[in-house]
Amino acid sequence: MATIIDITEEKELEVKNFEFTYAGADAPSIKTLNMPIAKNSITALIGPSGCGKTTLLRAFNRMHDLYPGNKYNGEILFKNRNILADREDLIKLRIQIGMIFQKPTAFPMSIFDNVAYGMRLQGIKNKTELQDRVEKALKDAAIFKEVKERLKHDANGLSGGQQQRLCIARAIAVEPEVLLFDEPTSALDPISTAGIEELIVELKEKVSIVIVTHNMQQAARVSDYTGFMYLGELIEFGRTEDIFVTPKERLTEEYITGKFG
Amino acid sequence: MTHTQKRIIINKIVMTLSTLSALIGIGFLFWILAILIFNGMDALSWTIFSQEGAPPGYEESGLKHALIGQLMIVGVATLFGVPLGILAGTYLSEYGQKSHLAETIRDISDIMMSAPSIVIGAFVYAIVVTPMGHFSGWAGSIALIIILLPIILRTTDDMLQLVPSTLREAAFALGAPKYKVIMQVVYRGAKAGILTGILLGVARVAGETAPLLFTSFNDNFLSTDMTDPMASLTVTMYNYATSPYEDWQKIGWAAAFILSMFILSLNIIGRLLLFKKKGR
Repeated sequence: MATIIDITEEKELEVKNFEFTYAGADAPSIKTLNMPIAKNSITALIGPSGCGKTTLLRAFNRMHDLYPGNKYNGEILFKNRNILADREDLIKLRIQIGMIFQKPTAFPMSIFDNVAYGMRLQGIKNKTELQDRVEKALKDAAIFKEVKERLKHDANGLSGGQQQRLCIARAIAVEPEVLLFDEPTSALDPISTAGIEELIVELKEKVSIVIVTHNMQQAARVSDYTGFMYLGELIEFGRTEDIFVTPKERLTEEYITGKFG
Repeated sequence: MTHTQKRIIINKIVMTLSTLSALIGIGFLFWILAILIFNGMDALSWTIFSQEGAPPGYEESGLKHALIGQLMIVGVATLFGVPLGILAGTYLSEYGQKSHLAETIRDISDIMMSAPSIVIGAFVYAIVVTPMGHFSGWAGSIALIIILLPIILRTTDDMLQLVPSTLREAAFALGAPKYKVIMQVVYRGAKAGILTGILLGVARVAGETAPLLFTSFNDNFLSTDMTDPMASLTVTMYNYATSPYEDWQKIGWAAAFILSMFILSLNIIGRLLLFKKKGR
């Protein structure tokens, strides 16, 4: 009974009959979900707590595999292959599909080493190359000016908003094709939030973005497409302006008008 | 008397009693320290560090043999016990997690931590000293490793678990394999805590006497051969302090003083590290 439009743009990811069950749970947390993710655009996932939006997001980079017993069904297509397949190379997948977390996750090392971390994992040792790419990533994440004098300082000395932008720099430094944002501004003040939102919009030129947010205004401000989830199902998926102005489903309308949530 | 007045009076009584108890406890600590410093400083001289043990009555008598023996026995125990403990703690926190095996290991090591050290001495006596036919420095180190291991294991486990799981996830999300996540991110995050655990653990075993009495025994002369009986500060202190000779008793005080200062400084460094970490 869901209303899910088909998109005209090229698809970066395609979720097909996706089901997800957490370890030890009797019933799946996500039930037969179908949804496209458009290339070079921003897709927002909204819905009340426990609706499964973060669960879906964490399936795109197989984060659930870190904890034993979780079970996927169905397919998520990326570059014409099903990334839920057992033989999927998770290290390669996570380089192509990056993630930004709810709380800033600066590693206990210098600002430079934080941004260089992913590149060093890939075996890049050349100092000038690292230097150049760290600088570029910091510039792209709009934080270079603030930190250029203290690249050797501990990253934990930065403010929450700066740390979050550092994490974005760290994620884009490995040049991913998709970036997943899991409520990236819920721990930040309004000014930092505005900065991150602006950055996310700029980033879509280079990457496809999926963002989970509790904040409906944020979804309306930044995204091109919005999916509304409720109790593990995708209730409605469409262009953001349609979802917020003329929702087709009653549940969607009730949620965005604040009748529940 | 109103209800409130009664409550205020009871509060005052309880507060006075608890403050007094705390003062008595701290009082004993300072009393011990004061006597140690008074007698220890008095006994301390250059010959204590430069000379080996000598029969009672000799001027040139010192603790060089016990100091070196102590450092070797504790050093070897640290060399083996710390890496083993860290690896085991890493297994518990990062691999075993909440599994039955991991929980069982945690329970057993908690029990081992409270086991009387003399029992561990007797155990090593039975499995190492008896088959070898004689006491040895190695046996002493083995006894200390058994005491040290659960301490390092549990603190490593606890400290690693304090590292937020989102930090691990963030490293995985960049395409890091598990061993790199542990070595480059998790260990870094828990560095100060693990180091504190090591210092406090070493401080604990450095003060053990009972397990060494059964294992490394003693030697009144300098020996650096770990396969032979070996002197240690604690056992030497025990022997000298309980001897009837006044000059030996004096050297016993010096041993007590040196040992206490060593352990005290390890403890202080450990606590400073922890404090610095919390302050950040």
